[in-house]
Amino acid sequence: MVIYGVYIVSKSGGLIFNLDHNVPKVENEKSFSYPLDLKLEFDSKKVIVVFGQRDGITVGHVLSGINGVNVNGVTLEDGRDAKEVIENRENYPLNLRFHRPKMTTNEKIVLASTFYPLFAIASQLSPEPKSSGIEMLETETFKLNCFQTLTGVKFILISEPSQMGMEILLRKIYELYADFVLKNPFYSLEMPIRCELFDTNLQALLEQVEKN
Amino acid sequence: SSELLTLTYGALVSQMLRDFENVDDVNKQLERVGYNMGMRLIEDYLSRTNSLRCHDMKDTADKIQQAFRMYLNIQPTITNWATTGDEFSLIFETNPLAEFVELPSDIGNLRYSAILCGCIRGALEMVQLEVQSWFAQDHLKGDGNTEIRVKFIRRLEDAIPAGED
Repeated sequence: MVIYGVYIVSKSGGLIFNLDHNVPKVENEKSFSYPLDLKLEFDSKKVIVVFGQRDGITVGHVLSGINGVNVNGVTLEDGRDAKEVIENRENYPLNLRFHRPKMTTNEKIVLASTFYPLFAIASQLSPEPKSSGIEMLETETFKLNCFQTLTGVKFILISEPSQMGMEILLRKIYELYADFVLKNPFYSLEMPIRCELFDTNLQALLEQVEKN
Repeated sequence: SSELLTLTYGALVSQMLRDFENVDDVNKQLERVGYNMGMRLIEDYLSRTNSLRCHDMKDTADKIQQAFRMYLNIQPTITNWATTGDEFSLIFETNPLAEFVELPSDIGNLRYSAILCGCIRGALEMVQLEVQSWFAQDHLKGDGNTEIRVKFIRRLEDAIPAGED
């Protein structure tokens, strides 16, 4: 039982809650000599592997450290530019650490608001009148279940493709939302959810489900 | 026990009377508090009951009745349907909010339990039904019954979520 994430989208389409759960951390460190046998692309925000996949470092991974020093985007923690360090022959051999890129909160918000019209389009494309929107979206590596309440709030769950019983779990999350979010007098509707009780109860629910 | 609720509500109303001095303002505020409660309470109701969307007022009336049973442990009777089918009454034999209350004559136009009307309106608005609800009779004012009238105004078409219309 693996659940990768939970998202809640408000009725106006904004992401009001997201939780990454149990996403395995993939990180690989390796020593490289000059010339580098990976093709890297330096864009303005990160250093990405574009070609030359090996030793667990795959295309799409992002540079996270040089010689044990963390890299934030394109600069090292000590202020040096990652591109300059990598291109300078005298720095070799170099220990480079790569990891799978993590989605930033901004990217998640964009994705959530992209899902919103997709959901609406699905219901309009339907050959039958009065169809619901997307309830499940399946891929090779994950399954997305979506449950929309009568008030228009969407609960989205990302899980392993083989996962069963996600509809029931979504309803339980809805119950938690009704209890710990809406009954919290200091929560204003449609705003991002920052309720610790909700977090802990949700976490407990997910762990309990994953055990069985 | 519901006594804690009854007493807390009583304290709220008397505090409001002290704060506002004007009975009409208190009525308005109580209605608004109820409206805000209803907007939140509806999610709790839906998550506990697995209700489907209502497609006529009869359905809605049944669900409101069920909600009263759930939250206040009373079962109002549904009667006095308008011939157009868009207006009905909820008759309460007991009103838990007003159990120990006697209304002084100088605030005779206080709608003591106005919070209930607000609650109904707020909750239904979240499921895209605009209604009006008001007290037609009130035991506190010497009427034989306590009666809430609920009238359908319109369906909020633009607010209906995609995949629901």
